[in-house]
Amino acid sequence: MKQHGSTFKGRHFFTIPYVVWMAIFVVAPLILVVVYAFTSKSGQLTLDNFTRMGSFWAVFTRSILLALIATIICLLVGYPLACALAREGPRLQRIFLMLIMLPMWMNFLLRTYAWMTILENTGLINSILSLLGLPNISIINTQGAVVLGMIYNYLPFMVLPIYSVLVKIDSSVIEAAQDLGANSYQVFLKIILPLSLPGVLSGITMVFVPSVSTFVISRLLGGGKNMLLGDLIEMQFLGSAYNPHLGSAISLIMMIIIVVCMMVMNRFGEGEEQAVIL
Amino acid sequence: MNFKRLVFAVLLSLALTFTLAGCQGGGKEVVHIYNWGEYIDESIFKEFEAQTGIKVVYQTYESNEVLYAKLKGGGANYDVIFPSDYMASRMISEGMLEKLNFDNMPNISKIDETYLNQAYDPDNEYTVPYMWGTVGIIYNPNMIEDEITSWGALFDEKYSGQILMFDNSRDAMGIALLYLGYSINTTDKAQLDEAYELLKSQSPLLQAYVMDQIFEKLEGGEAAIGPYYAGDYIVMLENNPDLLFCLPEEGSNVFIDCMCIPKGAKNKENAEAFINFMCETDIAIRNSIATGYSTPSKEAYEALPEEIKNNPIIYPGKDVLERCETFTNLPQDILDYYDTLWINLKS
Repeated sequence: MKQHGSTFKGRHFFTIPYVVWMAIFVVAPLILVVVYAFTSKSGQLTLDNFTRMGSFWAVFTRSILLALIATIICLLVGYPLACALAREGPRLQRIFLMLIMLPMWMNFLLRTYAWMTILENTGLINSILSLLGLPNISIINTQGAVVLGMIYNYLPFMVLPIYSVLVKIDSSVIEAAQDLGANSYQVFLKIILPLSLPGVLSGITMVFVPSVSTFVISRLLGGGKNMLLGDLIEMQFLGSAYNPHLGSAISLIMMIIIVVCMMVMNRFGEGEEQAVIL
Repeated sequence: MNFKRLVFAVLLSLALTFTLAGCQGGGKEVVHIYNWGEYIDESIFKEFEAQTGIKVVYQTYESNEVLYAKLKGGGANYDVIFPSDYMASRMISEGMLEKLNFDNMPNISKIDETYLNQAYDPDNEYTVPYMWGTVGIIYNPNMIEDEITSWGALFDEKYSGQILMFDNSRDAMGIALLYLGYSINTTDKAQLDEAYELLKSQSPLLQAYVMDQIFEKLEGGEAAIGPYYAGDYIVMLENNPDLLFCLPEEGSNVFIDCMCIPKGAKNKENAEAFINFMCETDIAIRNSIATGYSTPSKEAYEALPEEIKNNPIIYPGKDVLERCETFTNLPQDILDYYDTLWINLKS
């Protein structure tokens, strides 16, 4: 019992599996991406892959724009929801958390397929509208449908981090503010919002990053008409040309854009805890 | 409890499980099959195992390009693969296939010679034809009153919002080239540009670019018209018997999918046994009926039920096939150009 992992050396021992895992599945692939990005098919060092990036400008801006819209809507919907949730009794909290997590127990692809049949012109929504004698809406195969797919799939990633920060706020802090004469508006702005910022920042990261790199959602709900970054990268591997070098270069640029976005956001929340960089 | 001893016990039991599992697999002959999804009658595996004692490990892919990327990436461990004509030719030219030992495959004599020694494998050293078929227009007569005879229907404003299109550059460009009267294997960039302009003008009329989603969208009446493979049309009929098929007057793409053995396959002889088994007449019939595609086996074709044999969609006449062209492998710069045009199309 004496040597039970209490020494520093012992603790070190337990981190080995994780370090090995990270080295094999995170660090090594990253190095490969960098190597591929800066080499040509013949294996020579080159910057060609990056000079071609200009022609993908439209794809980059569209992906970032759609992901931003999805992230903002997730925040606008998710924050009030997380607030409301954090104030409920523990039983209701458990039930609601369960409801938020429930869709995630199903396969992501399956959920997106389901949305396809819901939104289609002859789909569920339009069938109900026709039954009620209302005019049909046509949303499938538009950018709106892509954004909707992103919001649906990633909303839990916004709600959960904000919620987990909010429930940890000591209620005596809020009471103190109220005792000192702050109205509920001031309490929210001066106490709750700043304290919940780390959760908001991780929420934004966790919604924005998968949104900007998704490709299944745009294919199934966007009708394949709006190529996003994920589609572009996939095409370099599974398109006719097979160019993993260009694919790696695009991935690298995308990673840089995401890291820069995160750094800007972390500055924004300076003085608070840092957002999680995935 | 002593911690080290616990770790040791856990590791030992893990090691034992793995070795035992390893023994189970190692004692038996296996063959690793990598095929298109929904492209075989899976019940034949049991018979193959009973006949030869070789266990089938079966995996599927969705496009020639996925197959290519998988093999090119290394680490793949397949014994039999099913590339289409142009991909087989690309793999042969890049030394990715093994030469076949036809002494192990006597059933090759059952294959109709029309399908041997094709342009993609002139001396027929690397490939055994598995299925063939054509690409055509599938449409719903309840939504489209006219009789469709031309690729032009896919570019017709009348059907705006109801048209589906191939979501891969080779097939989509191929249709545009056919409509313009060019070869689907052209390497003339001016012709490719013209085809691209046509696709660009088509884009606003389209409901979506699709691959296998076309099944659900055409069967359910979500879309009215779209190009796809004749064999898949036969399968769609089961869910929507109203659908019609047209092999356009401008001609079309006829494809042959082959069975091949990738370079360095670990179970080459088992693979050859499997390919030979696939060429057996009753197996070829069952595969052909299950998939809806056309068999290159002479004997299997003769033994098919009359209604399939005489179905001009599954087995079009010689006059129709003369208007059709197979895809060949394109040079790398043209493949790159295809990708560039495709990205521009969707930007």
